Amino acid sequence: MIDRLKLYCNTNQLAILRDFLTKTLQDTGMGDIEKHQVILAVEEVCANLMIHSHLCNPNSFISVRAVLHEEEVVFEIVDMGQGFNILEYQEPELAEVVKTKRKGGLGIMLVKKIMDRIEFETNGQKNTCRLIKILKSK
Amino acid sequence: MLKIEFTKVNDHFILSLSGEIDASNSVDLDAAIQEILEQGAKKILVDGTQLEYISSAGLGVFMSYLEEFQEKEIQIIIFGLLEKVHQVFIILGLDKLISIKNTQEEALEAMA
Repeated sequence: MIDRLKLYCNTNQLAILRDFLTKTLQDTGMGDIEKHQVILAVEEVCANLMIHSHLCNPNSFISVRAVLHEEEVVFEIVDMGQGFNILEYQEPELAEVVKTKRKGGLGIMLVKKIMDRIEFETNGQKNTCRLIKILKSK
Repeated sequence: MLKIEFTKVNDHFILSLSGEIDASNSVDLDAAIQEILEQGAKKILVDGTQLEYISSAGLGVFMSYLEEFQEKEIQIIIFGLLEKVHQVFIILGLDKLISIKNTQEEALEAMA
């Protein structure tokens, strides 16, 4: 099963993304807590792209594709332009977040703790981030 | 959709969060905490019983105040989080930095 969503770079689109992800995950056999975490991880990547890569330009968009396999679910997040390589990003220490009163940095930390595998590729124009979660109970 | 309300009860403020906090509305949480601080709050109870979702944008708001709370000896306790939301705090280790209690009674008891 493959689901797709085109998401314009406005943070008010995040609720639409959550609805899309909720529907995508409903037949995966995942528990509610795990579903909640996967939705959060995908949202963190999308929000990050909207805000930092596309500066909330409502004319820009990102594409989210969810592919449900027997043993895993793959979320493919594609955007054009200046890429953000999540694998190269060094997230801050929690203590540093508190000390510097910075409001960012926690999102990528969440993504890396929640997802089982993260992939990133770019050709200089088109950037693809893949978030993979293994379906344990299937 | 997010609804934020706060009331002063005796010597503490109760900040009630209802709905979902994400990057589109975390500024509202920030503004509410700011307003409570301007009113001279020393004890803040955050009612999380109706909080369905919080992303890093909302968590970051709490984190950004922790140092100020410590400096000004302001106590903050979150109570009543749904298990799915509580787990997000645990994943990041925020439960070690912010006091989280199951019920309002427990939160009140824990207030010095």
